[in-house]
Amino acid sequence: MIAPLASLLSHATGPDQTRTGPARPFAAQPSPARSPDDALAARLSDDLVAVASGDRAAFARLFGHFAPRVKAYMLKLGMPAQRAEDLAQDTMLSVWRKASLYDPAKAEAATWVFTIARNLRIDALRRERHPEVSDDELLEHEDDRPRADELLDGDRRARRLRGALAELTPEQAEVVQLSFFADLAHPAIAERLDVPLGTVKSRLRLAMVKIRKALGDDDR
Amino acid sequence: MTVPQAFLPNHHPSDALLVAYGAGSLAEGLSLAVAVHLAHCPDCRAALAEVEALGGALLEELPPAPLETLSLSATLARLDLEEAPANPCKAGRAGALWGSRRPSRPGPRDGTALPAPLRPYVPRATELDRLAWQRLAPGVRRVELMPRSAAGGAAQLLRIAPGTALPHHGHGGLELTVVLSGHFADELGRYGPGDLAEADGDTDHQPIADSHRDCICLIATDAPLRFTGLMGRLMQPFIGL
Repeated sequence: MIAPLASLLSHATGPDQTRTGPARPFAAQPSPARSPDDALAARLSDDLVAVASGDRAAFARLFGHFAPRVKAYMLKLGMPAQRAEDLAQDTMLSVWRKASLYDPAKAEAATWVFTIARNLRIDALRRERHPEVSDDELLEHEDDRPRADELLDGDRRARRLRGALAELTPEQAEVVQLSFFADLAHPAIAERLDVPLGTVKSRLRLAMVKIRKALGDDDR
Repeated sequence: MTVPQAFLPNHHPSDALLVAYGAGSLAEGLSLAVAVHLAHCPDCRAALAEVEALGGALLEELPPAPLETLSLSATLARLDLEEAPANPCKAGRAGALWGSRRPSRPGPRDGTALPAPLRPYVPRATELDRLAWQRLAPGVRRVELMPRSAAGGAAQLLRIAPGTALPHHGHGGLELTVVLSGHFADELGRYGPGDLAEADGDTDHQPIADSHRDCICLIATDAPLRFTGLMGRLMQPFIGL
């Protein structure tokens, strides 16, 4: 079972946001951690690299940051509390095991942890796999695209991503939330919201346009 | 003879489909079709990285849920059971969570090699020609790739003889077709290796295998009943098409 829609969308429809004009569903809370935050992505990434060589202190720091968020992710997807706790621990254990596969030039730590949590969640929730392509399996073509670190450093990427999330319209934020936190693909979202499939597809496309723009190096 | 595939795919997943894949909200068979396309397509891999970055950002924004009091020490205790810190062997063991994957030795580059994401689904086979093709209808053979899951995912390989037309059909759910070798064409265009055709409720099409050799493609759906419906139609004689 998935969590009730109301709780999933509480961000998008929270009454506290109506005061300030258009709702900004993902607007960063005015948290005191905001300025230290700016170096957070780099610190997490460094810790993840350190974990690959067996650094337990780094692992404990990563655990402190990610385990509660992974648990929140599992809870949002409707996992019972105990299962969510177990999956958060499993995810962190997998982080420990697979840390040597992490490439800081390709993804932020949060992105990488997200993909591990996502795969474990699919395995646990549906007894299914998530077929993927690993980097050495790209057929025929060399990827000569600039690497992520040549585009934007991790902290700037993270900051601009947060900004892009805050720029999503409530409708865009809603379909993004349902995609990531309700285990619904676009046809099921259309059914759930009772809007045409084309509308859901275009909201997701426009959301990705904003994300892509934030991650691009257009201002360099 | 091995001829490098000199072209990139022309037909790509929509953003909506990439988001569904990256968010992990697609049924397994549909994800497999997307993964096969990704194996051919650097552009879509870059686009996927952006979807996953979005996932990471969403994870960061979640209000942390309180852990059990001994959560960290319980996890550290589990680490102690692991013999050594992470190394490539360990990574291999972690990979076993999703089923063992045979060492990825690239097959011959003649278009008949199995793309890596498919390999776990056809154990022991490394080439499309060596699969156990079953006759389904005149000009159409198939290999079932995965048992239908509780979530409704289903995926099959179809091998369609040149000139064979599949019946005109619409789509209630989501149906993905990715070409592994040969070509097919429908009202929306011509599809070659790596190309992904995305058919949903808005699509109505009639695919035709249009090259001189068999067209082999992977077809995945999210709705087993509808897929059975399509299979049922495939069994019909193709007279008058």
